[in-house]
Amino acid sequence: MEFALNEEQRMLQESVRGYLEASCPLDRVRAAADAGDTRPADLWEGLVDLGVHAILVPEEYGGVGLGHLEAALVAECLGGAVAPVPYVGSSVMAPVALALAGSDAQKDAWLPRIARGETVFGVGVTEQIGSRESGGVAAAGGTLTGKAMFVLDGADADMLLIADRDGALHIARAADADVKRLPTIDRTRSTSEVSLEATAAEVLPGSTGSRAAVLATIDAGRTMLAADTLGAAQNMLDQAIAYAKERRQFNRVIGSFQAVKHLCAEMAAALEPCRSLVWYAAHASRAIPDEARLMACHAKAHLSEVGRFVARTATEVHGGMGFTDLLGLHYWFKRIGLDRQLLGAPEIVREEAATVQGWV
Amino acid sequence: MDLAYSPEYAAFRDEVRAFLDSHRDLAPPPMQRGKPSEQAKAWQQLLIEHGYAARTIPKEYGGYGAEPDILKSHIIAEEFGKARIRPGHDGDNRLVPTLLELGTEEQKRTYIPPTIRGEMTWCQGYSEPGSGSDLASLSTKAEVDGDDFVINGQKIWTSGAQYADMIFCLVRTEPDAPKHQGISYLLFPMDTPGIEVRPLVTMTGEATFNETFFTDVRVPTSQIVGRRGEGWFVANATLKHERGGLGDPNQAESRFHQIVEMMREETLDGEPLLSQATYRDRLVALQGQMLAMKFNGMRVLTHNVRDEEPGLPRWIVKLNGCELNHRMAEMAIDILGELGVLYPSKGFGGHRDEDVPYLRDAGFWQQRYMMDLGLIIGGGTAQIQKNMIGERALGLPKEPKVADPRFGGGAA
Ligand SMILES: Cc1cc2nc3c(=O)[nH]c(=O)nc-3n(C[C@H](O)[C@H](O)[C@H](O)COP(=O)(O)OP(=O)(O)OC[C@H]3O[C@@H](n4cnc5c(N)ncnc54)[C@H](O)[C@@H]3O)c2cc1C
Ligand SMILES: Cc1cc2nc3c(=O)[nH]c(=O)nc-3n(C[C@H](O)[C@H](O)[C@H](O)COP(=O)(O)OP(=O)(O)OC[C@H]3O[C@@H](n4cnc5c(N)ncnc54)[C@H](O)[C@@H]3O)c2cc1C
Repeated sequence: MEFALNEEQRMLQESVRGYLEASCPLDRVRAAADAGDTRPADLWEGLVDLGVHAILVPEEYGGVGLGHLEAALVAECLGGAVAPVPYVGSSVMAPVALALAGSDAQKDAWLPRIARGETVFGVGVTEQIGSRESGGVAAAGGTLTGKAMFVLDGADADMLLIADRDGALHIARAADADVKRLPTIDRTRSTSEVSLEATAAEVLPGSTGSRAAVLATIDAGRTMLAADTLGAAQNMLDQAIAYAKERRQFNRVIGSFQAVKHLCAEMAAALEPCRSLVWYAAHASRAIPDEARLMACHAKAHLSEVGRFVARTATEVHGGMGFTDLLGLHYWFKRIGLDRQLLGAPEIVREEAATVQGWV
Repeated sequence: MDLAYSPEYAAFRDEVRAFLDSHRDLAPPPMQRGKPSEQAKAWQQLLIEHGYAARTIPKEYGGYGAEPDILKSHIIAEEFGKARIRPGHDGDNRLVPTLLELGTEEQKRTYIPPTIRGEMTWCQGYSEPGSGSDLASLSTKAEVDGDDFVINGQKIWTSGAQYADMIFCLVRTEPDAPKHQGISYLLFPMDTPGIEVRPLVTMTGEATFNETFFTDVRVPTSQIVGRRGEGWFVANATLKHERGGLGDPNQAESRFHQIVEMMREETLDGEPLLSQATYRDRLVALQGQMLAMKFNGMRVLTHNVRDEEPGLPRWIVKLNGCELNHRMAEMAIDILGELGVLYPSKGFGGHRDEDVPYLRDAGFWQQRYMMDLGLIIGGGTAQIQKNMIGERALGLPKEPKVADPRFGGGAA
């Protein structure tokens, strides 16, 4: 029994974190966000060199064939750095779906390109969880028609992976669809509305007949969003602690006031167990398949709640400064805010967790 | 990450299960107050013989004498928890480890064997009316007279003092020393002349703790653990062990399963509570918190097995674990609604003396709801936990000190 990261996992995380600290400081994030650039070439290439996109691609398709835990460690680093790059849709959900349900030809065509960072996939599965604004896509005779909302990494995508109403997954070219960016609070990642009108598409054969593939894809996405929130919230907590040790009022550093100290302790006490929950959920996705869906739901819902608490509390510790654009704390605040709503807000995800356990 | 147990441990788990299957009829009921019953003592003896109690306590002190193996201890605790069978004990989880670490050979031989057999029970005499969180300010004094300490003063919140044979007690022996350096740690029998115990009824309706008064109580100076003036450090060895036991994630998990069962059985308008979306949402949210703490516990366990300091994951256990247990009880009561406030005036189990129609689980959940609040306060309050997390784990500065003229050395 060993509940800990191994040496390789720690090294992976160190190298991604080190790279982002050097190459993706807040100024870089701000510049990308101001320019609406959610796939800056330099950062994208840097992450390609680190092999980040190859993690979930099996070795026979040019990837490194690691697991969801490794991918979650990367997601945590990206959230920690509020990195303006596609990841959860393009580098996690797409390869998971392709590896599970793609034909040999589809795997041959796309998995190596994902691993090398040559193709970015936008992933549209929102309507499998809940439809708003008449979202929903129908498949007929090798085409798709309808509207997919909040497609992850959609505006940066070369290709699209879209779920139809029955949960079957289809590949289409982004250029053949009408892809409109939906501007959210978080300008470090893109989410899009994708409109399809008899758009040519190719179904993933393993995704028809049962919803298993689309559900596994959603599970992977949820665990990664939870990991992203973990990284972002940890960073906010670290910033709050550092600020509390340095800012003086009443001739004392504010961290010596119990009111501030207890806010920091409450954040740490809430957040630290989240790390174990994310590790477990990511590990379970392959190692404990019976628990995989449930744990992905719990990671997503619980991190959303704790993330929200940390986001507002860390901001408060910074006083008026926390409220400014100048300090930039709001980038993390907003990242956490978006993560919470994507692929199901907590109430929705908890109801799924109840369903999975036969309680509904 | 490898959550499987190696064959050696898997086999050990099977052994524990097989033992529980074949001996469960001998186990005493889960909760009992007062002195251990004959059945409880026999059970404890059986567990020691099989290495499921007093496992790592050396044979010469009456234990099983196994090499410490954190995973095996964990497996034992987990299996007893799952089976909801009363686990064994290591005598007193505050005192025995302290004696093993700091007691004299004679103290170990005299006190540990009867304590682990359940034949000698203890109470903890730390808190005083004027010294709770600020325990080191305690003022019960012990003055040397010939070969004896003569003790005068008062303790409070002394759990189990009305049944205990012995007390481990903090007293001030060096009134002029700085506050942390004037304390000694003494062991003495509760029937020593000059001790008076007055039960205090708690909010649960039971008298679980007491006021304990000392008037010229004479205790031989040899009854000290550690040296004079070092009692604070001896006590801290004990506090460390006590804190480890509060907020146990196994307990939260087993309570959670009880709540799910209850939501299947209890109905509102003829529908099981589990089918009501609002209650169900709360249940799943609670499950998420419980699982996060369970996995945090697995992380701490792995650190312990490797002999590494877990750091923050350990610092948060008492605070979060006690809070979680309290939330479980809250939830259970809310599920029962009006039925959840039915309660015997003497507390849990008091329905044997008083007819309380429709009472569920003998009043267990209200009793837990109140008792768990007590545990949020006892053993270091939530606020003190947050101070420790903030200062020791996060490195935030301490409050500026306020001078305390009662003690020498100027230390606050
Ligand atoms: C929306 C907005 C509008 C504003 N408009 C104006 C304006 O028009 N004019 C103007 O002059 N100012 C304005 N302010 C400034 C505002 O009054 C200050 O932000 C506020 O007084 C807090 O001071 P601070 O930002 O320096 O935070 P700090 O005082 O540095 O506080 C940082 C943290 O430490 C805590 N803290 C500080 N001291 C203690 C203590 N003794 N005990 C416990 N905790 C403590 C605080 O609660 C906070 O969490 C505005 C601020 C905001 C956010
Ligand atoms: C169920 C139960 C069993 C117990 N059993 C025993 C026993 O067997 N033996 C024994 O010796 N004692 C026992 N105690 C006593 C227990 O250790 C004390 O209650 C505890 O240490 C708190 O002390 P106090 O009650 O004097 O509260 P106080 O210390 O007076 O605290 C009152 C409030 O002030 C807060 N506070 C105090 N100091 C600070 C600070 N520095 N910063 C922030 N907030 C602060 C506290 O958090 C609390 O909210 C038991 C208590 C309970 C509830």
